[in-house]
Amino acid sequence: MRVGLEHYLVVSAVLFGLGLYGVLSRRNAVAILMGIELMLNAANVNLVALNRYVAPGAVAGHVFALVIITLAACEAAVGLALVLAAYRTLETIHVDEINVMKW
Amino acid sequence: MSLVWLVPLLPFLACGLILALGRRLPGQGAYVAVGAMLLATVGGAILFGRVVAHQEVHQRVTWAVLGGQPVALGLQVDPLGAVMVLIVTVVGSLIFIYSIGYMAGDPRYPRFFAYLSLFAGAMLLLVLADNFLFLFAGWELVGLGSYLLIGFWFERPAAARAAVKAFVTTRVGDLFFFLGILLVFATVGSLGFAETFQAVAAGRLAGPTLLLAALCLFGGAVGKSAQVPLHVWLPDAMEGPTPVSALIHAATMVAAGVYLVARLFGLFLATADHQALAVVGWVGGITAFLAATMALVQDDIKRVLAYSTMSQLGYMFLGLGVLGYTAAVFHLLTHAFFKALLFLAAGSVIHAMHTNDIKAMGGLARVMPSTYWTFLVGTLALAGIFPFAGFWSKDEILLEAFHHHRPLFVLGLVTAALTAFYMLRVVFYTFTGRPRWEGHVHPHESPPVMTVPLWVLAAASATIGLVGAPALGNPFHAFVHAEGVEAAPFNLTVALLGTGAALVGIAAAAAVYHFRWVSAAQLRRALGPVVTLLERRYYVDELYRAAVVGPVLWMGRALRTFDLYVIDGLVNLVGVVVVALARLYRLVDLYVVDGLVNLLGWTAARLGAALRVVQTGRAENYLLVIALGVIAIVIGGLLR
Repeated sequence: MRVGLEHYLVVSAVLFGLGLYGVLSRRNAVAILMGIELMLNAANVNLVALNRYVAPGAVAGHVFALVIITLAACEAAVGLALVLAAYRTLETIHVDEINVMKW
Repeated sequence: MSLVWLVPLLPFLACGLILALGRRLPGQGAYVAVGAMLLATVGGAILFGRVVAHQEVHQRVTWAVLGGQPVALGLQVDPLGAVMVLIVTVVGSLIFIYSIGYMAGDPRYPRFFAYLSLFAGAMLLLVLADNFLFLFAGWELVGLGSYLLIGFWFERPAAARAAVKAFVTTRVGDLFFFLGILLVFATVGSLGFAETFQAVAAGRLAGPTLLLAALCLFGGAVGKSAQVPLHVWLPDAMEGPTPVSALIHAATMVAAGVYLVARLFGLFLATADHQALAVVGWVGGITAFLAATMALVQDDIKRVLAYSTMSQLGYMFLGLGVLGYTAAVFHLLTHAFFKALLFLAAGSVIHAMHTNDIKAMGGLARVMPSTYWTFLVGTLALAGIFPFAGFWSKDEILLEAFHHHRPLFVLGLVTAALTAFYMLRVVFYTFTGRPRWEGHVHPHESPPVMTVPLWVLAAASATIGLVGAPALGNPFHAFVHAEGVEAAPFNLTVALLGTGAALVGIAAAAAVYHFRWVSAAQLRRALGPVVTLLERRYYVDELYRAAVVGPVLWMGRALRTFDLYVIDGLVNLVGVVVVALARLYRLVDLYVVDGLVNLLGWTAARLGAALRVVQTGRAENYLLVIALGVIAIVIGGLLR
């Protein structure tokens, strides 16, 4: 079987779906962050695969992927810091219990 | 500033000063008033001297330009004006001084002198005016002064009523006066006396217009000088303080009417056949006679003098009416002195007795010798006994009447006898006989501040007639005379007739009231209806009350009723309608306008409540919606 663009796209879609499910279903903030990472990675797979099959020789897709990895690292750092701060203040990281800004 | 402006200004300034500072001034303001008056007297004497030296004293300023025509107004002193200024200032000064004593202790003492000064200034303006405008201004201001001073003791209802009566009655005359001025101004185009006389001489003001103007102007004089038929205010004016009666209602203001006719004599003289003068003469003669008869039955010492004043003013008009210009002005001069004297002496009596009723007096000659002797001098002067002042002036008037108008001469002669009778009646009742006063009254002679003016006036009353004595060449006549009128030559028969009439009056009074050959009570009973007629003053007051006052009051009440029910009714109707409409609008407001507003609010609230459910505050829910939305859009896009 020859691996084509469709396979990558399906993997990417599954990955995104898993990430979305994680974000929507998990109560733990860390797990939500992990879901976001999954969705970002799904985007990365898409970018690299499309770069490879649609416009071989171009590097824009790779560069975008690298930018997103960097962004994801930053996001994880800020997100984990927020979670840590929330935990210190509220002694919980369950998002349904973090509701001090709700009226 | 010329002296002629200063003379009337001084009393005005004194008035303002006293009104402003009142009791803080020396003598509570009295000294200021007296000082200003004495200064004005000095000024008046200087002006008099200038006129005697034939110097022109005439100052004018242009007041306004009407239709390209300048209206020049000013002050002027001619022989007539000079005499009037001297009368006002000299008699005024004496009365001012007398008032210091008479008004002592009055709660409104400074105000009295302020009013007196106001009056004196206005009177000086009146006699110095060279035009109708100033004359009218002074005329109305003296009326105001008269009103204020008659009503000076306004706590007494009689005084307040008398003040209003005087003001309103003279206003009737003043209306005619004003119409006359307007007529002259419309015809001549100037307010100046000189221009008016020029117009008369040139024939521009002539015929019926001239007659009408003269009669209208005389109307003012009738009101001011209390002549029939506008005489009713003067007796009531005696409610004022006695110095006021002496100054305003005897010596000066009431004589302003005579002055007016004398000032405008050229106007009256120019009417065809002297018609205007005939009216003046008859009004004067009738007033002289009627007033004298009414004085016969008065028991109030001041009212006798008031009627006497009316009578003597009538005499002056009679004199003017029979071409006796000089005689009338001469009588004005002498009358000012002896009538002021009589009033001040009467005031002295009232001051001592605290009553005006001569029947409650008697025998005062021994208690108050100064008052008695001065009053007697005044009485003899008024009665016209040689050589007192009244003899000379009254004789001149009778002389003129004898030459020009016999019926008026007879009227004057009868009046002279009546005058002597009622004056001596007062003297006998007041000063001689047994005392009739109650035990608790302790009459005493007045203080020197009051008796000295009396003596000065008595001296003047005794001697001032000599300036018109034919034996001395009649210097007064040489000084004051009208152009184109010959004075009647002295006639011994007339002089004897006049004196004889006075002596008859005196003898009759003595027979009844001194020797009591005839009982006064019997006389009254015998002449019952006549006495009643005189006591009720010929029912003129009743006539006016029925004919004028009543209808006016009735109309006032009718108008009040109209106002109350019709006008107020309309106003109230409008109010009621507006209130009803307002109620209606309130309902509209409450249910329609408020309803709409509330509906809006209610809708918003319901909508909010419905949408509120969507806002869960859970990020997962929102994310789910976003994700589902994206999926929906994607599916929508694929299916399209």
